[in-house]
Amino acid sequence: MNSQGLSSYFQFSNVDWGNMFSATWETVWMTVGSMIIVAILGLALGLLLFETTNSHNPLVKALNWLVALFVNVFRSIPFIILIVLLLPITQKLVGTIIGPRAALPSLIISAAPFYARMVELAFHELDHGVVEAAESMGATRWQIIRKVLLPESMPALVSGITVTTISLIGYTAMAGAIGAGGLGTLAYQDGFQSNNNAITLVATVIIVIIVFIFQFIGDWAVRRIDKRAN
Amino acid sequence: MIEFKDVTKTFDAKQGSVHAVQDVNLKIEDGHIYGIVGYSGAGKSTLMRMLNGLETPTSGSVNIDGVEISALSGAPLREQRHKIGMIFQHFNLLWSRTVLENIMFPLEIAGKSKAEAKQKAEHLAELVGLAGRETAYPSELSGGQKQRVGIARALANDPQILLSDEATSALDPQTTDEVLDLLLSINQKLHLTIILITHEMHVIRKIADHVAVMEDGKIVEKGPVLEVFKRPKQAVTKRFVNEEVTPSLNDTTVVVDQLLAKYPNGTIVKLTFHGDQAQLPIVSEMLKQYPLDLNIIEGGIHQTQEGAIGSLYLQLTGDKVQIDGALAYLQKMRVETEVLNRE
Repeated sequence: MNSQGLSSYFQFSNVDWGNMFSATWETVWMTVGSMIIVAILGLALGLLLFETTNSHNPLVKALNWLVALFVNVFRSIPFIILIVLLLPITQKLVGTIIGPRAALPSLIISAAPFYARMVELAFHELDHGVVEAAESMGATRWQIIRKVLLPESMPALVSGITVTTISLIGYTAMAGAIGAGGLGTLAYQDGFQSNNNAITLVATVIIVIIVFIFQFIGDWAVRRIDKRAN
Repeated sequence: MIEFKDVTKTFDAKQGSVHAVQDVNLKIEDGHIYGIVGYSGAGKSTLMRMLNGLETPTSGSVNIDGVEISALSGAPLREQRHKIGMIFQHFNLLWSRTVLENIMFPLEIAGKSKAEAKQKAEHLAELVGLAGRETAYPSELSGGQKQRVGIARALANDPQILLSDEATSALDPQTTDEVLDLLLSINQKLHLTIILITHEMHVIRKIADHVAVMEDGKIVEKGPVLEVFKRPKQAVTKRFVNEEVTPSLNDTTVVVDQLLAKYPNGTIVKLTFHGDQAQLPIVSEMLKQYPLDLNIIEGGIHQTQEGAIGSLYLQLTGDKVQIDGALAYLQKMRVETEVLNRE
């Protein structure tokens, strides 16, 4: 079989569509699963960073410093290294280092700090006058978070999670290369290692389509939520 | 009643400490519209924010109806804040909420039920003239309409006090007047105390009954608006009053200089009218008694909450005896007269 040359990309008869479908499903599962946890964790961390900034209390200052350190460290580690680094922890947490579930811990630990910074930035960009108005009405800190910070920064939070999700899709493919399953594994093992370029091409196209779909959903949601301009 | 006692606020800055507010003593009776005027940085905003605990005094105390606001924190302070509405220069509305939802916001914070909040908000939207716009978002409203939402929102928890922080400074003159009229009618309808800070004397004149003038953190002059307008004592007050009564004072000075040069024999006088005098035909009566040539250089009359106030620059030419007689007549009619070229 000719595996060299450009025509090899188009030998779709070599593509096992059943495998392709289940790999696509695995990629979507990994992406959505980690996205949900990243959204929650990132929101919590971002909020913690925002609320502990500019405090005069030494304990709160220390907390802010710790969270910021955690976020900065895990944001700096290249994802491919992070997976390897976390292998023992993954083994403990999930019970295996193979398959989509095993990819979750490193996906989450890598993306949550990234999103946390976006959340913090979104809150900082809010007009402080609105927060002051809520304070002047006697709102508690929690009411301000729930009724002002979150709804008023929602477009930024949603576009942030869209960007994060898209980089998560990229990470799942990387995780796939070392056995997490999904389209990354398929493209690497059945495509590259078996000299089957058509599989690599199809996997690529599907990943691009998934990215487009998430981007589209994200953009649509932001447009729906954002009432600042007509 | 609101009472500031020996209030001082000092901020620690890198260049040393800044006295934002210094030794302020002020009493504000219930139901009054009290204006605090001053240039930016005079400390008026800091002073007002002490009333709802957004700022705390470094020393001294702030009391509302005998409750020392400046000593409260936590839940009791938040409880007090429900009773104090505040409106802002930049409105500070939540863009993610409709008009009605914005007005409901303080009611939600105070723990009112959704149904009760909605009913109250609908009533308030009507009160401020926004009926029919309840489902609009702030981005769809004009500046004046936004401030109406701000006012309705500030009134939601039936406050006894309304704080206005430069609430008309971002609005055009006509919209400013509309908003001020609304504040005045609210003051009369709901009998609440309004405290407004502004750098525009026009705002004070239009709706305030009392005014305090601030400069460098201190109250340099205070009293009933008409009193302060009639006889401003401090330089800063004079500047504010002049800006308002004769908006083009500088031009007038030029005209006066030209006229002095043109008619060396003429007598130029500045008349200041206040209260009922502004409605009497004093000048025409004066002309009947003392036949003189009269040239009006500049004049203006403004209505304040406590009556009219006006100033008039006149050039009188003619017989010296007649002029002296006319001036004596004006004096007799208790018009403040200032002769400009007899120095």
